[in-house]
Amino acid sequence: MNKTIIKYAFIKSLPIMCSYLFVSMAYGVMMEEAGFGWLYSLLISMTVYTGAFQFVLITFLSSGASLLTIMLTALLMNSRQIFYSITFLDDFRKMGKRKLYMIHTMTDETYAVNCTLELQKKEKEDTMFLVAFFSRLYWMTGAVLGGILGQLIPWNLEGIDFCMTALFVIIFIDQWEKTTKHRAALTGLAVGLIALVTFGASAFMLPALLITSGLLVFSERKAVKP
Amino acid sequence: MSGNYIVYAIGLSAVITFFLRALPFLFFGKMRAVPEWLDRLGKNLPAAIMAILIVYCLKNVYTEWNFAGLPEVLSVLTVGITYKWKHNTFVSILAGTICNMVLLRMQ
Repeated sequence: MNKTIIKYAFIKSLPIMCSYLFVSMAYGVMMEEAGFGWLYSLLISMTVYTGAFQFVLITFLSSGASLLTIMLTALLMNSRQIFYSITFLDDFRKMGKRKLYMIHTMTDETYAVNCTLELQKKEKEDTMFLVAFFSRLYWMTGAVLGGILGQLIPWNLEGIDFCMTALFVIIFIDQWEKTTKHRAALTGLAVGLIALVTFGASAFMLPALLITSGLLVFSERKAVKP
Repeated sequence: MSGNYIVYAIGLSAVITFFLRALPFLFFGKMRAVPEWLDRLGKNLPAAIMAILIVYCLKNVYTEWNFAGLPEVLSVLTVGITYKWKHNTFVSILAGTICNMVLLRMQ
């Protein structure tokens, strides 16, 4: 891997850095407050590596929730990840030994960034790997820092995690401008909003993704067949 | 609370999360070629998922429909307008995030 690719991947990962360092630091602080030191924060961030569920897991661990509850919650909260791999089925399996790492490190954010890469094979694979690698590093670093520094962190950074929302908006605009076919984008937006109203903020992601995927497969089939 | 319980809880969470991420590969990984409908779905999903993720990020604007959600809405508009204008990722992320952080503190 040459320097140009490393630099390119690092720049691509910068928005993720803002968001991950901040959010995972908050995570480390909350873990510390619940009685789990930075080693636990690091262990969980390294093995589970998922956003919202890690926060829920804090309350589970400190209240001694049943393993079944933990399993079911993990299943439900992280089920959206299923859909991310579909986009990269082909890319990842060309990546040999790195495939398992790429699957493990798939998050909302790395998915978004890695969707935008317009590079040739080898360069694309290396960049995807590095973006995933950097992102996981930010997440673990933040969790450890949060656990060690705890309440000592002097600055109030509330609201900085908005940089992730900003990135999603930018990628959405980019994808919109790249094509004249807006069916996928509009389907996602409409179904997302309807699902939010119907199922509520904490439960709408899975139905939204299921219905959107169903509609996309179905409408494509209709469009292809005469 | 025993040490074993924590280890099991973390282990199970990790396994389940990995399993979900790997599921499409378990189903379709063995095939020589990805079926056409799935390939097309994979190519269509990014645009749709980006829209759903934006809704996800703004979900609290809907549930607490009062002025608490205003900073985020205005910041999203800031990102959209600056990006349409300059097409510079970092300018727009910076403008939107600063906007959000300032507005949050003005409430």
